[in-house]
Amino acid sequence: MAHYTELNIGPIHPAVHGILKFKVKLQEEIIEDVEITLGFLHRNAEKICELNYYADNMVYFDRMDYIDAMNMELGYLTAVEKLMDMEVPERAQWIRMIMAELNRLAARLVGLGAFGLDMGMLTPFFHCFIEREKIQKIFVEASGGRQEVNYMSIGGVYQDFNDQIINDIREFLKEFKPYLEDIYGMFMHSEIFWQRNDGIGILEPDVALDYGVTGPLLRGSGIAYDVRKDAPYLFYDKVNFNIPISHKKDNMGRFILKVEEMRQSIRIIEQSIDKIPDGPYFNNKAKKSMMLRLKGDGEVFSRVESENGEFGVYVRGNGTFKPWRVHVRSPAFKNISVVPVMAKGMMIADLIVIIGSVDTVIGEIDR
Amino acid sequence: MKNGDLGIKTTTIEKALEWGSANSLWPLTMGLACCAIEMMATQAADLDIARFGSEIFRNSPRQSDLMIVAGTTTKRMAPRVKRVYEEMPYPKYVIAMGVCVIQGGPYVDGYSVVMGVDKVVPVDVYIPGCPPSPQALTYGIMTLQKKIKHETDR
Repeated sequence: MAHYTELNIGPIHPAVHGILKFKVKLQEEIIEDVEITLGFLHRNAEKICELNYYADNMVYFDRMDYIDAMNMELGYLTAVEKLMDMEVPERAQWIRMIMAELNRLAARLVGLGAFGLDMGMLTPFFHCFIEREKIQKIFVEASGGRQEVNYMSIGGVYQDFNDQIINDIREFLKEFKPYLEDIYGMFMHSEIFWQRNDGIGILEPDVALDYGVTGPLLRGSGIAYDVRKDAPYLFYDKVNFNIPISHKKDNMGRFILKVEEMRQSIRIIEQSIDKIPDGPYFNNKAKKSMMLRLKGDGEVFSRVESENGEFGVYVRGNGTFKPWRVHVRSPAFKNISVVPVMAKGMMIADLIVIIGSVDTVIGEIDR
Repeated sequence: MKNGDLGIKTTTIEKALEWGSANSLWPLTMGLACCAIEMMATQAADLDIARFGSEIFRNSPRQSDLMIVAGTTTKRMAPRVKRVYEEMPYPKYVIAMGVCVIQGGPYVDGYSVVMGVDKVVPVDVYIPGCPPSPQALTYGIMTLQKKIKHETDR
């Protein structure tokens, strides 16, 4: 009879990216089964959203995928604005798009840095955070917040872009482009990095589709699905960018894909920053004095592409100032649920790298 | 050294120990939620807290003196926070980082959040903010150092 060892990883463990527990069933060093326990960061944000005015709920969306706050806000706002038939001025939409892509870059930098840490590579982590700090300085200038920005508001953005911010973004991109290649080189020139990632964590496309996986994990399996391209919101249909895919299906392919996506994000920002038109940056119907008097009626589901994949928000209003129900489709939850399939038959040390490659954010899973 | 100076300084053992423990606070990575990312930023190159003696973040409670509780503590997580605190060797200190850890923060209306981690473990320094900036965390660590050295703030 086979002898199994059970090993608990987490909930407080540096490599599990947040607080979640992996119960691993081991046959010597080979993983037989992984059981994931979630809910350690359940903050019942969805329920609290029902108690608040529409405009106040931004706070809770910021803190869902806390390293990708702009895209979370965007997900909520696209839903609420559809519910209220609120039109957003063109200038605000371009500004939102730039900020969303900048935050995608920042989130990816955290992800790559932490991915390096999982394998004992400390150097890229520091370089990633130097660059992330520059993005956060732009956010502070625009919104006053570093990480949980609360920048977008119903019908527009909180504050207009001035020339200083636009110059800062241009300068940042100019510096960041060669820097990104440096960081990429740090990973790619490491023998250990190749050995730990090449052929590890294979995810077949049909399995990925069965589990509802989206984002870089799905594109890493060779399926070109991106909400920005397939159901464009904002002005994503007016800029040129590609959806990279990888047919390698493993950790290495996903890493290369993530860096390529960062290059595409830079392309989007570079094009949008020249296209910002003059005009109002918020809808007059939603000016600050009117913010808490906005009513919503009906139900709506809207989705955006966050750093983890397809982030969907369902909002239902009953004609009052407060939403009747808010529900979130969390991409990270679907992505983490595929880890047992990817880890089966691998060594125990590979599990850590696979978790790093899936790169979940626990705030979004538990909410 | 000045001319005629012997190069000797007298002090008490307590003071020497306090000086030593204040300047080598090794924090434990107790990143629970959003504040964990700002804690990582504090450790990273721009705002290196190694300058203040918090040289390196340890992942084992046995090797650390300071627990920075960074992020919302839920009722499910609270017993585990307490257990990790109890695993740390003396002398040990706790910093509560962020309003969630101080009194529930934006989740004060919820049913699952502990309204302040000080209901679970004793807290030495509170840092408000949502999340606090790395500068604020650095200031919190400096405040804790003063507290260990029995110095007053002003």
